[in-house]
Amino acid sequence: MSALLEIENLDLYYGDAQALSEVSLSVDEGKIVAIVGANGAGKSSLIRAIAGIEKPRGGRVRFRGNEITGQESYTTCNQGIGQVAEGRQIFPTLSVVENLEMGGLLPRARAKAKQTMDEVFTMFPRLAERRDQLAGTMSGGEQQMLAIGRCLMGQPELIMFDEPSLGLAPTVVQEVFHIIRTLNAKGITILLVEQNVAVSLKISAQAYVLENGRIVMSGTGGSLLHDDRVRQAYMGL
Amino acid sequence: MPSIDLIANVVIAGLLTGLVYGLMALGLSVIFGVVRVVNFAHGEMMTIAMYCAVVLFGAFKLDPFLAVLPVAAVFFGFGYAMQAGLINPFITRPEHSQFMLLVAVAIIMVNVLLMIFGPSALNVQVDYQLESYEFGPILFDKARVLAAGMALATSAGLFAFFKYTNTGKAIRACADNNLGAKVVGLNVKHLYALTFGLGSACVAVAGCMMILLVDVVPTLGPGYTLLAFVIVIIGGLGSMPGALFGGILIGVSEAMAGLFFAPSAKSMFGFALLILVLLFRPQGLLGRKP
Repeated sequence: MSALLEIENLDLYYGDAQALSEVSLSVDEGKIVAIVGANGAGKSSLIRAIAGIEKPRGGRVRFRGNEITGQESYTTCNQGIGQVAEGRQIFPTLSVVENLEMGGLLPRARAKAKQTMDEVFTMFPRLAERRDQLAGTMSGGEQQMLAIGRCLMGQPELIMFDEPSLGLAPTVVQEVFHIIRTLNAKGITILLVEQNVAVSLKISAQAYVLENGRIVMSGTGGSLLHDDRVRQAYMGL
Repeated sequence: MPSIDLIANVVIAGLLTGLVYGLMALGLSVIFGVVRVVNFAHGEMMTIAMYCAVVLFGAFKLDPFLAVLPVAAVFFGFGYAMQAGLINPFITRPEHSQFMLLVAVAIIMVNVLLMIFGPSALNVQVDYQLESYEFGPILFDKARVLAAGMALATSAGLFAFFKYTNTGKAIRACADNNLGAKVVGLNVKHLYALTFGLGSACVAVAGCMMILLVDVVPTLGPGYTLLAFVIVIIGGLGSMPGALFGGILIGVSEAMAGLFFAPSAKSMFGFALLILVLLFRPQGLLGRKP
């Protein structure tokens, strides 16, 4: 078992405010790894720092053993790190097809874009029905499917999910988690950031607890699920 | 009271000139809509394009319609380089420092033109400037018709580029959701630079056409910047059809002002329109509600 993604002592600041402090973690290939924590703990910052959208001040990020710290996001994406961002971040005035096309423009994915789009439409028939609709006019759940489909267009080896259940109806949330497991079963490694602690611990092999920008606890998903401190702090039990 | 024929002639002349204004404003609108930077050197770039056409005509007898190609290509490259080298580092800075940067660029442009060409008016003279098409009592200046046709064709090309090409769609995606563009791995800085290049190329074409209609002096620049700005606000900031429509409105209103009042009153009408739009439809005539 080799680590696909390794993070070592990552520090991130917004101006003078420290968002991440010496964060270290590793994501094994083929696994689902969860990062749980409260609002403002730095979960989204961590994902953005890995993706190259924010530039960390210190520490390293390695993907398949190659250092990718601080490189531009288009380079990172093209190495196979995809992202389903918080708030979905679709393109509201572009059609569903155009949104998907944008995900398939990466050099690594461009040649197979047509074929991948067919696969995405098979996976999400709703998107196929609405291919010419403007993305901004779809429901939250449909937009989340679009965000996932758009990410898949880039042929990712690792997908970072940032709060994929946020603001969605309970049945849609179940569907999203089902999709995450399906993608994982197809061999895609998942880094999952969620406020929905119970569910994300249940489906993850490895998990980290982030508090105030620091990793305060880690273990297998099952062990954290039964840890009293986690249960008290995050599940209200 | 002027005759109906005269009014019709003036309106049509204004409409045709307005399409050239519209193309100029389209450049400003595209740059603002995507990069979110107001190009305060826009009118100055317009005058530089006009001088380029004058020089190419003087040196090689190159018709401004043929000058469009090399001038637009050079402006595209210049715009790309300006965005990539000069403006990108300012993109996250406050708006007033972007403003200072571009105003500085504008002042430098005006004064370099003054140093090279002096303050006197220059123009190009081609045969078809004296020709016209006649439809009953209405005369169409040939040069004006051709210039407007070129402006329309260039705009149509730009619309098609944004609608049908991958790069055009990617630029729209950046304008739509900047963070989303980074999330999917679009090279945002490169796309910004391309956009500035395209906006500059629009100005280049507009400038080459405008030299067929008016004489150029270096100090024309700030006036054109203001004009482009007024057109874009009237049409709707970020709306491409709005820029063309605003251009036509301003062109016609200027022409009517010249007819009913005095040619020197022509800006008055434009600003009156601007104030009305700001009062009653602040997002512009074809703009989307924020």
